[in-house]
Order: sequence, then structure tokens, then C-alpha cells
Amino acid sequence: MNVAVCVKQIPDPAGELALDPSTHTLVREGKLILDDSDSYGVEMALQLVEAAGGGEVTLVSMAPNNETSGLRTALAMGAAKAVLISDEALAGSDALGTAKVLAAAVSRIQPDLVLAATESTDGYTGTTPVQLAELLGWPAVTFAKKVEVSPDSVTVQRQTEAGYDEVVSPLPAVVTVTAGVVEPRYPSFKGIMAARSKPVEELTVADLGLEASAVGAAGARQEVISVQAAEERKAGEIVTDEGDAHQRIVAYLEQIKVL
Amino acid sequence: MDRIWVLAEQRDGEPSTVALELLAAARSFAGTVGAVTWGSGAAEAAATLGEHGATKVYDAGDVGDSLPGPRVAAAIAALIEAEGAPDALLVGQTYDGRDVAGRLSARLDRPVLTNIVGLSAEDGALVSEHAIFGGTQVLKARFTGESPGIFLIRAKSFAAEPAGGGAPEVASIELPDTGATDGAKVKGRHEEERSGPQLDEAAVVVSGGRGLGSAEHYALVEELAGLLHGAPGASRAIVDAGWVPYSHQVGQTGKTVKPTVYIACGISGATQHMVGMKGAKNIIAINKDESAPIFTIADLGVVGDVHTVLPKLIEAIKAHQ
Ligand SMILES: Cc1cc2nc3c(=O)[nH]c(=O)nc-3n(C[C@H](O)[C@H](O)[C@H](O)COP(=O)(O)OP(=O)(O)OC[C@H]3O[C@@H](n4cnc5c(N)ncnc54)[C@H](O)[C@@H]3O)c2cc1C
Ligand SMILES: Nc1ncnc2c1ncn2[C@@H]1O[C@H](COP(=O)(O)O)[C@@H](O)[C@H]1O
Repeated sequence: MNVAVCVKQIPDPAGELALDPSTHTLVREGKLILDDSDSYGVEMALQLVEAAGGGEVTLVSMAPNNETSGLRTALAMGAAKAVLISDEALAGSDALGTAKVLAAAVSRIQPDLVLAATESTDGYTGTTPVQLAELLGWPAVTFAKKVEVSPDSVTVQRQTEAGYDEVVSPLPAVVTVTAGVVEPRYPSFKGIMAARSKPVEELTVADLGLEASAVGAAGARQEVISVQAAEERKAGEIVTDEGDAHQRIVAYLEQIKVL
Repeated sequence: MDRIWVLAEQRDGEPSTVALELLAAARSFAGTVGAVTWGSGAAEAAATLGEHGATKVYDAGDVGDSLPGPRVAAAIAALIEAEGAPDALLVGQTYDGRDVAGRLSARLDRPVLTNIVGLSAEDGALVSEHAIFGGTQVLKARFTGESPGIFLIRAKSFAAEPAGGGAPEVASIELPDTGATDGAKVKGRHEEERSGPQLDEAAVVVSGGRGLGSAEHYALVEELAGLLHGAPGASRAIVDAGWVPYSHQVGQTGKTVKPTVYIACGISGATQHMVGMKGAKNIIAINKDESAPIFTIADLGVVGDVHTVLPKLIEAIKAHQ
């Protein structure tokens, strides 16, 4: 069982996120980290390969400036190798442009299964993996909260409004995993050392045989008119509980006629 | 704008609330509003869709054990081929809505505009408002490509309101065979038992977070919600931890709620949580950390321990009733 995991490398969400004032795209300077949302896919992939008794985990990432720090984290967790697509022509790519690049890379790797997160932390469009599946001509099962594989199929518990559906798909397929699916491991010291020498294949748009006009800002077809701070709610009254705070809550509920 | 289509999910003849919200938006912008629906019960759903402003309902029929994404997208692509593209396709940001929009996007080679929380018309074109950076900023954008623009819209961005429309014209459309992309099949459906009002429709929502300390303490949240005839909700942290089912989750990847009052118990107030509840009319927060971000939006903030405040609050409300 060979599993490819789409991993996004993003600016640290704990820091200030900002848009470039002229291009209105996310500023991606400085060090990027592995999107926490994708650490679940990496862990799931490692467990599935282990359960299948053979195969390997390959990472696929599209990122600016040949950024590999996020990939190293995932390699340290145990992935065998990575494919990194980095190209100036990719600046400003939207989800569909990204999916085109990922699809071309996945076609080279030919895995049995592709895992991705239900949505990334910075862009959270949640559409990239499904667009990828359509471009590959594969089935997709989104919102997996449990994943099992057999040699030729994948069985998924897919979240629904009311509970979950049990979905079985033939391979190859794309599956998106939620954060509840597994507990990602912390890279061990040995893993971190080993990750340094694991292969990262770096590719450009031309290497993938894609037209620059189909990806990047040119493909995005969206004109940003303005960016403004959302209307803020104001903080109200803050009280410290001295044993009677519940009475304040009761009074408040009475005042708004909930009680 | 001339024509707008809405992707209208329905179940047993009842359209989803977000579909009705999108119809309200669509009819304010376009003369002709179409609704694309599927599944058993679509015929019964048509009447409600018409009442809410759909003049034409395209019924793709039953998808059986297929996931809707690939085949419904193919049906819409075929419809566009036959009737021409509408100016816009409005899709609710739900599980299946996202799948259909993503598939259609790749098929038509059109982007999907996502996380939309508002729409307006400027110079005859739709301008979309997007919640970015966890809803802290609003970006306005215009789709510049060839129609249809595909707009993925968050629930509760518009108010659903019947328009008094009559019965719509109903047209059956075909669900094309999409081969390999339709390989995934639903083998079983599991529904959680629930009682009380729906989380996204309740007037009172009481939510618990990691500050509850353990799964057992969620009972306090449920009891308080029950006393107030409300629904219990949750942060993602405790959904991921397996304390409560995902259907309880409020926030960016969960439900958007706009109750009369939202009571957050042991929830820090991450942007991804707040984007789903800051539309509440009143917010009460209980958190032992006075610097918790949730206090920046609470109308009444109680710095205190949920394990002492909640039991007393429950007793006081019981006594009150
Ligand atoms: C892509 C993405 C999507 C996400 N989507 C969502 C989403 O839809 N919904 C969501 O909720 N989150 C979402 N998150 C997660 C979010 O970032 C936070 O991690 C999560 O909301 C934190 O949950 P919490 O407040 O329960 O836990 P914590 O952040 O751990 O906060 C616990 C709080 O409890 C307080 N506390 C502890 N003990 C007590 C006590 N005894 N009494 C009172 N207070 C106490 C602490 O002071 C603390 O403030 C998402 C994250 C990402 C990256
Ligand atoms: N640039 C990228 N490189 C690799 N994977 C990506 C990239 N963008 C998105 N993905 C995958 O698609 C998921 C959903 O992303 P998004 O559509 O941005 O919400 C991510 O969690 C990744 O698994």
C-alpha cells in the first residue's frame, strides 16, 4: 500500500497573518511550518501502510521558495520521501490551480491512496482535495473520521449532519481526514535526524508539463475589491466569581427574557 | 443579473435551511431563480422551493448509494451544456455542497469562491464577502471569469423567508454515469439519537470546551441546555477528544449558530470557534482565565471555575422554575 499525503506548508498561525496589500494574497515570507491539519493525514498514512504490511508514504506539497521545513517535520514523523513543487509562476494560485499542480504530481507518484485534510488552517477552502480527485478521475470520500484499507478498497466512516455514513471506495481514491481521526505522533530525535537525509524531489511547473497560465494568479479569476476588519463585538461586563456569579447569570437571563 | 441557480439539498421532501437562505439571496439579485435538487422526496421539496422563490426546479432524481458529488456535478455540467450557464451557482458550504462545488469546478475549469458570508450586486455583477483569517477580516471580491461563478456560502449568511411564490416548473434532469469517480458507495447510514431543538436552530445554546476537564462533566452542559430548552454545543477540542459527537461542534468546521443567548463554558475562544457563534444576540462566557479571548466578545463574562459555577447555576435555575 503506497499512500501519498498532500501536506500544506503554511506561515505559523500563532503569528500575525497578513495579506500583501497589492496582490491580496497571503504573505508567505519566512519559515513555513507543517499545517497542523495535515499532521493527521501523515499519521493516518503511516498507520495504514503499517497495517497493510508494506509500502511507503510519500508527501506532496506545493510551496513557495523551495520551502521544506514543514516537509521535514512530516518526514521526521516517518514518511519516506517528498515531492515539492515550487515555482514563481505558482504565486497567487487558488484551490483549483493548486489541485492541478497536485494532480500532476500525484500522477507521477501513482499511489494507491491520496490523503489530505478536510481543510487547511490558512486558506480553509476545503475544495482542493475534491478538485484533485476530479482531475485525476478518481472517487473521493471527504470528512473521514475512521479509515481502513484492504488491498483494493478503502472503508471510511464519513461524518454527516446526523451521524456518519459507512462508505467503501475502490482504490485509487482520495480521502480527506478530520482532526479526530488519529492522534499524530511527535517526531522522535532519531526521526528528526533521519529526516535530514530523506529524499525531497523538487519540481517546477514545466517539469509537470503544466501551462503557467492555468495555475498561479492568472488562473484565479477573482478580483479583490477590499479587505476590512470584520465588525467586532464589544466586550461587556466581566465579573470574577466570588461564589455568587451564578446569580449574575440568572439575572442576565431574566433581563433578556430567556428566564 | 438574469439567472441564478441554487444547489438545494433536501431530505425526505424537506429542503435544507441553507438552501432556503440561498433562495432568499438569489431572488433579490436575479429575475429567474432555478433550484437544482436530488434524492427521493425531491418532488415534494419542489413546492417549498417554489414558495421560497425558485421558479424552476431541476430534479436529478435519486442518487441511490452514490455520494452526490460526482454525479450531481455532472448533471449540472450537462444542464449548463443544454441550457447555457446561469450567472451564478450558489451552494451552501455543507459536506455534500462542497463536494459538488469542487467536482463541478474541476469539470468546468472555474474556481470556487469559498467561505462567503455576504453577497451584493455592483454594476450588474455579484460581489462576494469572504470571512478570512478565522472571520477576523472580511474580503470583498468579484468573480472575473466566464460564468457561472461558483459561490460556496456559509450557513446563516442570509435569512430564509418565504416569498409566497407559486408552484415552480419541475424538470427532470439526468444523472450521468461518471464511471470511476462514482466508485465510492454508501453501505450504511448511522444516525445519532438526539432530542431537543437542533443546534443550529435553538434559541439557547450552551457549549462546553476543554475546560470541562473530562467527558463526564459535559453532563452539566447538557443539563443546563435542557433546563433552558436549548441545545448543547461544543468546541472542536472536545469533539476531537471523542467526548461528544461531531454534530455538536460549533465553529468554522462545525455549525454556525445565532441563538438569543450562547453560553460558553470552559472554551478559550479560538477564532475558528468564534466565527461560528459571534452572531449570537447575547454571549455569556465562563472561563477561569481572565485573559481568555472569549471574554473580548462576551456580554457577560464570568471569571470562574465551571465546576463550581455550573452546578450552582443549574440549582438556581431549577429553583427559579
Ligand atoms: C482548520 C481549523 C478548523 C477549526 N475549526 C474549529 C471549529 O469549527 N470549532 C472549534 O471550536 N474549533 C475549531 N478549531 C480549533 C480551535 O483552533 C481551538 O483549538 C479549539 O476551539 C479550542 O477548544 P477549547 O476552547 O475547548 O480548548 P482550549 O483552547 O484548550 O481552551 C480551554 C479553556 O478552558 C479554560 N478552563 C480550563 N479549566 C477550566 C475550568 N475548570 N473552569 C473554567 N474554565 C476552564 C481555559 O482557561 C481555556 O481558556 C479549528 C482549528 C483549525 C486549525
Ligand atoms: N499547497 C498545497 N500543497 C499540498 N497540499 C495542499 C496544498 N493546498 C491544499 N492542500 C491539501 O488540501 C487540503 C485542503 O486545503 P484547502 O482547500 O486549502 O482547505 C490541505 O489540508 C492539504 O491536504
